[in-house]
Amino acid sequence: MRWFGIKRTAKLGLKSLWMHRLRSTLTTLGIVFGVCSVIAMLAIGEGASRQTQEAIARLGSTNLIIETVEPPEKGTNTGDVETVRNYGLTYSDAESIRHTMPDVEVAVPIREVDQQARYLNRKVAIKIVGTIPWYTEIAPVRIIRGRFLSSIDLHNQQSVCVIDDDVARKLFAFDDPLGRHLGIRGSFYRVVGIAAAYSSTKNGNGFGGDMASSAGGDGGAVGKVYVPLTTAKVRFGEFSFSLSGGSRSASKVELQKITVKVNPKDRTMGLKEMLAMRDTLNVLLDRLHDKEDFRIVVPLELLVEAARTKRIFNIVLGSIAAISLLVGGIGIMNIMLASVSERTREIGIRRALGAKKRDIIAQFLTETVMLTLIGGILGIVLGVVIPYMVTRFAEMTTVVTPLSLILAFGISAAVGVTFGLYPAWRAANMDPIESLRHE
Amino acid sequence: MAIVDIKNLCKVYDLGSFDVSALSSLDLEIEQGQYMAIMGPSGSGKSTLLNVLGCLDTPSSGIYNLAGEDVAGLDDDELSAIRGSRIGFIFQSYNLIAQLNVIENIEVPMYYQGIGERSSFDRAKELAEMVGLGERLTHRPSQLSGGQQQRVAIARSLANDPVIILADEPTGNLDSKSGSEILVILDELHRRGKTLIIVTHDESIAERAERTIHLLDGRIEREVHNGKRY
Repeated sequence: MRWFGIKRTAKLGLKSLWMHRLRSTLTTLGIVFGVCSVIAMLAIGEGASRQTQEAIARLGSTNLIIETVEPPEKGTNTGDVETVRNYGLTYSDAESIRHTMPDVEVAVPIREVDQQARYLNRKVAIKIVGTIPWYTEIAPVRIIRGRFLSSIDLHNQQSVCVIDDDVARKLFAFDDPLGRHLGIRGSFYRVVGIAAAYSSTKNGNGFGGDMASSAGGDGGAVGKVYVPLTTAKVRFGEFSFSLSGGSRSASKVELQKITVKVNPKDRTMGLKEMLAMRDTLNVLLDRLHDKEDFRIVVPLELLVEAARTKRIFNIVLGSIAAISLLVGGIGIMNIMLASVSERTREIGIRRALGAKKRDIIAQFLTETVMLTLIGGILGIVLGVVIPYMVTRFAEMTTVVTPLSLILAFGISAAVGVTFGLYPAWRAANMDPIESLRHE
Repeated sequence: MAIVDIKNLCKVYDLGSFDVSALSSLDLEIEQGQYMAIMGPSGSGKSTLLNVLGCLDTPSSGIYNLAGEDVAGLDDDELSAIRGSRIGFIFQSYNLIAQLNVIENIEVPMYYQGIGERSSFDRAKELAEMVGLGERLTHRPSQLSGGQQQRVAIARSLANDPVIILADEPTGNLDSKSGSEILVILDELHRRGKTLIIVTHDESIAERAERTIHLLDGRIEREVHNGKRY
């Protein structure tokens, strides 16, 4: 192919494509949809996994989360009308962990109670989080105004609280919550700080949503109200009653959660180290508990798992999109073959007038590649617009990576060359005499 | 020296079970500037001879020297180059490319010889004016009459200033008026010193040439000389 002839070859190709506008457009559509689905699918997949990873990352990659779980029933006391089941993490567990585990920077006990908060005549469902001031070490609490709980609050069992801005908005509306008192079960708590609510529970979908609810749980609550652990212990009893199947049952749980932050001075904690820490912790707690009433979650492990899931997800989505590109490519090849046989005479004329085989190949290949490149560009435009619309209307995170654009464009060019070669080769190898005689 | 020098040329088609000899031991010399007609019934080998002369086909054996170069044994690319640079084709059915206009059709042979856009345009315009189509440079073939289309084809055949021009029944699809216009142009080309080879069924057309060869069964049956005209 003559290099200086490329511009003219391209012009010639455009002219031929323009002659068959409808056909060219329909053929291009296959590539448009192929490329667009590659980009859009990768964007949606990437967005979903990023959402998941963010949700997990919020749990803290250097944290170990120990949660209270209800142990399986022993099965002997089904006839009892009233039983108090005593299980779960205890204050002394937290103490033991802090004192016996190496490399633990902080162990934060957490009591969670679902309650209603009132202010004036407004009521909202909230989740009370009874904890200690070091809670901010293990969870990304961002104080917008005021302060978080202090050790004096903790020590003196103060009736103070820090609220989510979601709670602030719902409960106080236009009033400034700072310094005001909200009522929970007959007691009043002074609001000392407002924390930013992070959006993990807002549109938790799939894996990310599961993680967020196992970490925080929403249970219809508008948001969180943080109170000193000591206060929570006194004000909200450790018993909870539930009515199920006509029999009342009660359970006594001290702590719902202990979050342990690991921070060794001399090494960084990889997944292996974190899992080793979990095993150590397991051994320790097993000694203190006679029931299986806790479980240990390693956020880093989930993170690694999520990354693996993402890879598989991307491969699956990518393959589906690649198949649609393949179909588009076959469509192009089909049309180009039809075009070649329709233009047999033109090929014969060109050959008689001095065109070499490679000139004919260049001509038809240029046409195919142009078709796919135009399709590719349109596909990229659509592929960027669609994730934008999805984000806009379906409120799903989508991420269009530059790599996916390059990939889609490269694939469309490759499809053009691959599926254009055979028709072009067929055209070039036709006998000039036969082609000239062709009607 | 003869511009076309053919000696003992054979063309045999292999039809599987048997061979068909289209040209057998043909000898032919054409002088520079000669106007020659080829006549003969169908199946006599006219088309085969024209294809071989036009380097669209290669002989099975024998010698074909075109302007001093042996072209009998060239490969496909070399033959393409010879066709593009040394041979001008005029077809019975014009064979213009439908999606190209007059100028672009004339430019096609120059494009394949790698002549630049500017100079090929100028040359094409000049040729179009020469055949009297200076006013229709941007018309498509479908917007032209048969006679006009054939004039475009003649202009195109001249694009690379070929050493021989092959015309295959150039007036076969035309009414007599347009046909005679075309023949006048061909006469003019001859007068300017072009070597012309024309295949025809029409005795009156053949009489315009200096020399007519009659083919029968792949051999030259007889040859008629009408005397040198220019």
